[in-house]
Amino acid sequence: MSAMLEVKDLVVSYGKIKAVKGISFSVEEGEVVTLIGTNGAGKTTTLRTISGLLRPVSGSITFKGQDLTKVQAHDIVQLGLAHSPEGRRIFPKLTVEENLNLGAFARRDKGIRADLEAAFDLFPILRERRSQPAGTFSGGEQQMLAMGRAMMSRPKMLMLDEPSMGLSPIMMKRIMTTVTTLQQQGTTILLVEQNAQAALKRANKGYVLEVGSIVLSGSGRELLESDDVRKAYLGED
Amino acid sequence: MSTVLEHGNDSRVDGIRNRLAPRAAGLALAGGVVLLLSGLLSWSYDDRILGDISIRFYPAGIQVYVMVLGAVAIALAVLLFRRPGWLDPGRGLKAIGLGSLVFVAGALLAITVQAGGLVNVNEGAWVALVGALLVLAGGGLAAEVDLDVRTWPRLKSSYEILIIVLALAMLLFVTAYTLDVENSATFGTLLVTILTVTVGLLMAGLGEYIGFIGQNNRRPLVLSAFLVAFLFPFTQGGSNANMSIATQILIFAATALGLNIVVGLAGLLDLGYIAFLGTGAYVGAMLSESTFATIGWKPPFFVVMLCGMAVAAVFGLIIGSPTLRVSGDYLAIVTLGFGEIFRLAMFNLDGNNGPDLTNGPNGIPGIPDLNFFGFDFGETHTVAGIPLGRFSNYYFLLLLLVALVILVFSRLNDSRIGRGWVAIREDERAAEAMGVNVFGLKLLAFAVGASLAGLAGTIKAHQDTSVTPDQYIFLESAFLLAAVVLGGMGTVAGVLVGATILKLLPEKLREVNDYRLFSFGLLLVLMMRFRPEGLVPSKRRQLEFHEDDEHLVELAQTEHLEESK
Repeated sequence: MSAMLEVKDLVVSYGKIKAVKGISFSVEEGEVVTLIGTNGAGKTTTLRTISGLLRPVSGSITFKGQDLTKVQAHDIVQLGLAHSPEGRRIFPKLTVEENLNLGAFARRDKGIRADLEAAFDLFPILRERRSQPAGTFSGGEQQMLAMGRAMMSRPKMLMLDEPSMGLSPIMMKRIMTTVTTLQQQGTTILLVEQNAQAALKRANKGYVLEVGSIVLSGSGRELLESDDVRKAYLGED
Repeated sequence: MSTVLEHGNDSRVDGIRNRLAPRAAGLALAGGVVLLLSGLLSWSYDDRILGDISIRFYPAGIQVYVMVLGAVAIALAVLLFRRPGWLDPGRGLKAIGLGSLVFVAGALLAITVQAGGLVNVNEGAWVALVGALLVLAGGGLAAEVDLDVRTWPRLKSSYEILIIVLALAMLLFVTAYTLDVENSATFGTLLVTILTVTVGLLMAGLGEYIGFIGQNNRRPLVLSAFLVAFLFPFTQGGSNANMSIATQILIFAATALGLNIVVGLAGLLDLGYIAFLGTGAYVGAMLSESTFATIGWKPPFFVVMLCGMAVAAVFGLIIGSPTLRVSGDYLAIVTLGFGEIFRLAMFNLDGNNGPDLTNGPNGIPGIPDLNFFGFDFGETHTVAGIPLGRFSNYYFLLLLLVALVILVFSRLNDSRIGRGWVAIREDERAAEAMGVNVFGLKLLAFAVGASLAGLAGTIKAHQDTSVTPDQYIFLESAFLLAAVVLGGMGTVAGVLVGATILKLLPEKLREVNDYRLFSFGLLLVLMMRFRPEGLVPSKRRQLEFHEDDEHLVELAQTEHLEESK
């Protein structure tokens, strides 16, 4: 069986500056795959290109057998690929419920109401605060909302961009546990993280990015135990 | 909300206030009675100014207005004794007191200037001054109330509808009366009175309650509002003077509502919107029976309307598709340029440069009145003994137009498209990631807005009987935008209020016409400082501007829960 998402020789640049220099990786159905790396490694650029917000210079992105590089961003969501962007980007003046409903914007079926309940089950605090403006939330609550919102499009695959950024350790654990929960519920996940340890622990597969190139790859456990990774990202010597 | 903080911090002041609070009601009551009585006294020796205000115990003109102020003050003072949790009569009284002061000052000024000197002022004005100060003191001393919206009285829905109908009937009466006032000074004092009473009642928290009732009874509210608007020509006794102003307001309002779809709903700043109205007007003129029309085809008006809409929409798409990919400021500049291009093109398409389409600066005059199945819009028709002149005929047609625009506006606002626009306004990138077709929805807003303005333009051409390029200058676009901002972005009622203010005041206050632009500029600056969300804001906008206001957040939540029930 071919991979759910297949990225081949992807090159993305901002003007003359190449941010991603020909990377290839794949995500199989049901997996959690993580891209780790420092600031400026090209992780976010990669995600944004996959979801159609940026256009690649060359290379291919295939999702469920379909080439994504020519598809408009708003149509990509309809194909079953959701993106929870960096910095969460919830709609601050809208209520929780309105935010979640906008997550289902691309859908026209009748199951939205049920999925709203599913999102509330995933994060019960959202149910309590359903009519509160989202901008008044703490970072962790906003992250929950961002993930819940992305799930509202009922995606086959969810891309999370630094969900743990700026969160307390407890909240981070909560978010990471949810990643596993979502995987168990059948969602394939592409996770971008700076927090390498937390991400690798839960990942089936990991790729290490450095200034636009993949320098290392392997199973989550392999990378976690690799000396290079430990030195560079886990702060051990 | 700063006053609340002061409260909490300084319990001593709080204590004094609490002790004085019962007297506050008494003070305000006394002030109200004094104001009421001052209306029965003489205000000036001179009997030729501000109506005849020299006679005692026979109130006229401003004497009546001051009695209205007194009556409202008394009502609020009585409420202050009873103090229900959902009203804050103290704040209302403060506003009434302040407004009454302005009123008396204005009256003194008018008497001094028009009769020559302060000696002409009689006891009535001085008594009113005392009354105003008493009301103000009463309002100021009253303890502030933390409004609790959950204690709103729940009436039977038939009573609520009755309140709405009465309020609207009142509005019709006040409008008809106000328009009848010819004298500028009297009109000024009347305006102060109306403003004072309105602001006073709003400050007391009545506005939110009325809004709440309105939301419970949307359909009756809309229907009776249209009924009131429909009845307005019948109050004019065949006179065309006010009806001419009214038709201008309606065209302006319809156009501003169209602009509100672009600006208020989709969040796109369009500074050349008047060009779309102009497009419609020129299409209407060119396809009319006018002997100056440059196109030989003379289809029925229904087809002309469709053509006006279509051409304007095409222009909207042409200007929109290259520019809507850029963000706010650039779009504003491009649309500004487009407005000028339109005007200059109409100015120059006179046969000397390019084809003769518009007769250049002379425009297309002699456009005949509309004629629907034998109903001639140019003639006076008598209905139930009341003559309805030419402008009344157009007024009814324009009322239908406004209704259509409101229908389109609210349908879009409540639809999936409307939700997409909200997302775009809030965060374009995030909206795109949610699967919102950002470019497509922006273009749609532009096209719909343009076509509605085009439709209004075709009617405007017939009503004005001539179309010239100088009617479509940038200033008009600016006024349209001002109406939207002043009234409240994204609401229907707000834009109607804003359009009325901007069109009516210059007609009635001709003395200050030289300062028209100055005063609108000042008005807008003051609005941006004190009420940036507009006069009748949507709840969401209000939150955007006052995020830290807990009362508002609570209010929004209550309403949200009401809606989701």
